Amino acid sequence: MNGSPLIRPTRSGLSRRGFLTVTAGGLLLAGCGGGKGVGGGTQSGVGNFTGKEYDGPALTLAYWNGFTGGDGPAMQALVKKFVSEHDNIDIENNTVEWADFYQRLPAAAQAGKGPDVGAMHLDQLATNAARNVIVPLDDLAEALGLEESDFTSPVWAPGIYQGKRYGIPLDVHTIAMYYNKEHFSKAGIDAPPTDAASLEDACKKLQSSGVENPFWMPNQWPAHLMFLSLLWQFGGEPYAEDGSAATYDDDAGVQALGWMREQVDKGYSPDNVDIDAQYTAFKNGQNSITWDGIWQINDLDASGIDYGIATLPVIGSSLAAWANSHHFFMTAQAADDTNRANAGKTFIGWMSDQSASWSDAGMIPARNSAREEPQFTDSTQYAIKDQIEALHFLPPVPGLGDVQPQTLEVAVNEGILGKKSPEDALSGAASNATELMGKNLEKFGG
Amino acid sequence: MTRRGSSLTAWLFLAPYLLLFGAFVLLPILLGLWISLHNWDFTLPGKPFVGLDNYKALFDSGSVSFDPFWKSMQATGIFTLFTVPLLIVVPLAVALVMNEKFRGRNIFRAVYFAPYVLGVAVVGVMWRFLLDRNIGAVNSYLGAIGLPDDTAWLSSVPAAWVALVGVTVWWTLGFNAVIYLAGLQDIPLELYEAARVDGASRWSAFWHITLPSLRPVTMFVTLITIIASANMFGQSFIMTNGAPAQDTRTAIFYIAETGLQNFQMGEAAAASWILTVALMLLSAIVFALFRLRGTMEDA
Repeated sequence: MNGSPLIRPTRSGLSRRGFLTVTAGGLLLAGCGGGKGVGGGTQSGVGNFTGKEYDGPALTLAYWNGFTGGDGPAMQALVKKFVSEHDNIDIENNTVEWADFYQRLPAAAQAGKGPDVGAMHLDQLATNAARNVIVPLDDLAEALGLEESDFTSPVWAPGIYQGKRYGIPLDVHTIAMYYNKEHFSKAGIDAPPTDAASLEDACKKLQSSGVENPFWMPNQWPAHLMFLSLLWQFGGEPYAEDGSAATYDDDAGVQALGWMREQVDKGYSPDNVDIDAQYTAFKNGQNSITWDGIWQINDLDASGIDYGIATLPVIGSSLAAWANSHHFFMTAQAADDTNRANAGKTFIGWMSDQSASWSDAGMIPARNSAREEPQFTDSTQYAIKDQIEALHFLPPVPGLGDVQPQTLEVAVNEGILGKKSPEDALSGAASNATELMGKNLEKFGG
Repeated sequence: MTRRGSSLTAWLFLAPYLLLFGAFVLLPILLGLWISLHNWDFTLPGKPFVGLDNYKALFDSGSVSFDPFWKSMQATGIFTLFTVPLLIVVPLAVALVMNEKFRGRNIFRAVYFAPYVLGVAVVGVMWRFLLDRNIGAVNSYLGAIGLPDDTAWLSSVPAAWVALVGVTVWWTLGFNAVIYLAGLQDIPLELYEAARVDGASRWSAFWHITLPSLRPVTMFVTLITIIASANMFGQSFIMTNGAPAQDTRTAIFYIAETGLQNFQMGEAAAASWILTVALMLLSAIVFALFRLRGTMEDA
């Protein structure tokens, strides 16, 4: 009888922010205010966190995340460190591939078998907030002293859904251009290309130095991330901010997708690059340039290849790149229990402070201040620091993550495979996406 | 009293299975029907009743779900059309050889059955690597012997269908072959002796004794192969991920994506029902054809 997970903690009489101001002012003791604070039982746990360490009975928190790549070991190390510093909190770490993660999380949360805390992508926060899987964390953000001024606004704003903050930012990640240093020096290229012309020039030089196809164009992952980056570079926007329409079928979109297909037509890329082949080929030295996520840095280091990393070249009118961000969340399930809620917040708060050490995972710290620390300035990914000011995030629209794979990603696939012209591929997908988004607005808005 | 008692006994004996059948087959089927009448997202509190709207959307050529769904049904159809004949004929040939007496027969049997013990994930991932257009072993060897080495096995049609059908036949033919083998071993040897005495050739013995005797087995193999092929999901999910575009996305793939990934359970349930009805019709036709053929032979 401990309350259904559907109860929105935000509807309670005393706003958490108000309550927090009281507690933060030192009038109430944070640790023991718990059970009686707001309405007792179901939702009080969310309401009175002040940043003070959890000091209740020992418990184990279930922590879910999708750090399966080069970022996995770095997260394991952080969890271990947290557990060794906290006697009364143990962490049961469950790592699931991101693709499965967003399927399982709502199902598990619905069944009451979900995690207490976890990490998810910024663009999924709104969806899961709308589904009542996760709860607002305004009090935690305040207790941690998270301020908008310490973040670039694209990371800050989408964490807020219907006026409440649902995620505590951990990092920012984007895609970058990787290049094979050996191939570059053999072809006589001294600097990584910075625009369309120098990229083409490099491809030609690489071809004459013996690399038949220097720049493989994927048609599946991460092709849509490349497309989105290029779309923004050409001055386009993929979606209307209010989630009512897909707008990537304009001139900018056509130019972006057209340029991607052009790399195949000009012979810089082979036809029909299969899933992951461009990346595998890069590690094998079969191509020279590939665009991929910065989370691959650890994996590339382990492969032993002599690679360089650089900012994406400016193909359109100005520098822009797709980005996403990992945010910590707490589930409605944990919020039902004061102890779990406070322990969860202690965990998230602690993790949030490790933003700089998370650079070991190949990521960019979310906080501006953490980006000045040596852990980041000495990292491989520091080479693309210029790109940070030009990052673009998808708008916080519930259900967008379900729409994109069946529309935009298909169009990019068709365009690069040459099955359809960029115009046809994009306009068909965009009109379908607009219709699906309309249905979502209805579904989540009601 | 005895009648009553015996029928009670029968029900008692059936009870354990009926319980499982009811809980894990019948109930979900009926729940699916119920879900298909709603706009059902299990993560949301509101699941409005929409009547037949989900079905209407799947049959309305102007709706956003029409093309993806029927394209996936078509993909399932293409796959079934090509795998079923191959999985009826090839395993029969293999079973005939397995049934002969020769040295190394057990090894031969094991070699053909072995792929079947692998899971779809193993099979899919392995062939995805082998069949890669640019860095796969298959194209590399084809090139080495002077054949075209640039076939996009996983991202162009019809090559992707050749790959998916080929891999599926390689993977599952052992199972059908074993069923045929059991059927072959059930045919009384006297029939063949009698035929030999009458001067029948091997071919006519096969045509007039083996095939007719195998009719029930063949019908069984045909039906389960049709159902298995129509339920294809793992191979295209892992090997092609539906590419190119969504050309190799099968009906089950579509249903799984719609229901479990996009949380549109209502529409997914409606699609499942349409697929189920289509399969039931197809099975009935196959059944009728075999019956018809049987009565013609008996006459």
